[in-house]
Amino acid sequence: MEKPLTQHIHPETVPYSLIEYQKVGGYAGVHKALKEMTPVEVTNLVKSSNLLGRGGAGFPTGVKWSLVPMDNEQEARYLICNADEMEPGTFKDRYLLEGNPHQLIAGMIIAAYAIQAQTSYIFLRWAYKKAENELRKAIAETYEAGLLGKNILGTGFNLEMNVHSSAGRYICGEETALLNSLEGKRAIPRTKPPFPAISGLFGKPTVVNNVETLCWISHIVDHGADWFKGLSLTETGGTKIFGVSGKVNNPGLWELPMGTTIREILEDKAGGMLDGYRFRGLLPGGTSTDFLIEEHMDVKMDYSTVGAVHSRMGTGTMIILDDRTCPVKFLLNIEHFFAIESCGFCTPCREGLPWIEKILNAIETGQGRMEHLDILKSQSNYMAPGNTFCAHAPGAVEPLQSGLNYFYEDFVSHIHQKKCPWK
Amino acid sequence: MLLEEEKKEIQQEIGQYPHPSAACIDALKLVQKHRGWVSDESVKDIAQVLQMSNEEVESVATFYSRIYRKPVGRNVILLCDGICCMILGYETIYEHLYKMLGISWGQTTLDNRFTLLPISCLGDCDHAPSMMINNDHFNRLTIQEVDEILEKYT
Repeated sequence: MEKPLTQHIHPETVPYSLIEYQKVGGYAGVHKALKEMTPVEVTNLVKSSNLLGRGGAGFPTGVKWSLVPMDNEQEARYLICNADEMEPGTFKDRYLLEGNPHQLIAGMIIAAYAIQAQTSYIFLRWAYKKAENELRKAIAETYEAGLLGKNILGTGFNLEMNVHSSAGRYICGEETALLNSLEGKRAIPRTKPPFPAISGLFGKPTVVNNVETLCWISHIVDHGADWFKGLSLTETGGTKIFGVSGKVNNPGLWELPMGTTIREILEDKAGGMLDGYRFRGLLPGGTSTDFLIEEHMDVKMDYSTVGAVHSRMGTGTMIILDDRTCPVKFLLNIEHFFAIESCGFCTPCREGLPWIEKILNAIETGQGRMEHLDILKSQSNYMAPGNTFCAHAPGAVEPLQSGLNYFYEDFVSHIHQKKCPWK
Repeated sequence: MLLEEEKKEIQQEIGQYPHPSAACIDALKLVQKHRGWVSDESVKDIAQVLQMSNEEVESVATFYSRIYRKPVGRNVILLCDGICCMILGYETIYEHLYKMLGISWGQTTLDNRFTLLPISCLGDCDHAPSMMINNDHFNRLTIQEVDEILEKYT
């Protein structure tokens, strides 16, 4: 089985240097794209591969690039790598950043070439100190070798690459909030439209792509769209880095074909539940995705299949709820997170999420009433997509509404017993 | 007054962007690196260098959770209270820290050695529970290990 993204990652050793990565063909895609292809050809190739954005939303990457206006040659354009990975339960980009920074840099050079951006930024989560060191080292090597800077490979293409280490706040991962943060402002999401492809960083055309997405680009240019599609078990091409955390025998990350079933990931890779713990449910891709339960074990992990069972694949890193963890407390923890991480700009999110947290806390501590459950439901509806400025609050209520549905009896037993049955 | 070194480092960051004000977050982080936190005076100094108003810099400084607008101890413990660390029992680690250091969330020990803060998710979810002290990550924490780890920070 091919593992293009992780085959050159050896977590116990230092990542490949530029020369070492070049020796295994790491920059072949860069040479091919810059020397043999036009920018439009690169975009069309990525479009035809149907690479879907790996940050969680699953938007087609090539389509995103093709929205950038290319007619004004003088206009500044920006490429940004979203490496802000702050979704609780998600740790896949960290693995890629720490394990093989050159894979990302190669992908970014090609992506920047496709949209003719001369400046690029890596927006990095503050906690990823090791990744920051490795990235800065790798970027310096790449400049020295003439693969970044002026006139790359003698093609006349110029590209600067900068690392911005963030100062916290989950909302920075939201594409337009990230742009504001990179401009040195409060990370408050912007109105769309205009989309960043038209008016992004400093008002200029900008593409923001996730780390895992950009890591694919050089491989796709090197091996082609059909190769990429062939790696998957479903319509969505490629492999995916899946992860599992919680009370399982072997928590971790694995690069597997897109469309691998939840059962295979959970049982074969994560080794199943720890002795004495029973599986109750999981969030398939971070805390902003709807619960799946036992009956979904044979669901294939890809964007459309998980979508069809009313959840989202999100980041593909699953959080497991076991029978010894109280589902109300589980949700209280998550909603506390979303409440404190709300940017505070729009009302349903700023006011609604703390209210939800308060109610969940009341239920968990034995002060719950049956009408609280109706408030939780109606608040979830108020925060549906379209009612808020960005996806923060709609994401926050995904685990809540599905949790209320699947674990309703546990909510009721808290209220009837006037205490948490798990305590 | 900003130190010469701080000024130099901030100028370097400004060079990464088309406008000086874009370096605001970097500047706040740099000042904090040298002083441990960002005082009112530093906010004014940064505003002057970046040609921003004091209020603009203040609005940015208070938005970001990793910028400290109050003094912190010599070492900052960030204990993850996120969902994976909750499942794997961060609360036991918190209670132990509380007992050992006599401080709860947001507090600093009397000897100024440690400040304890909650953080949600450090990206160590497969090795939970986890915490960071200054720039170092610690995973799969047990109470015994916490004692050994704390000894390294004076």
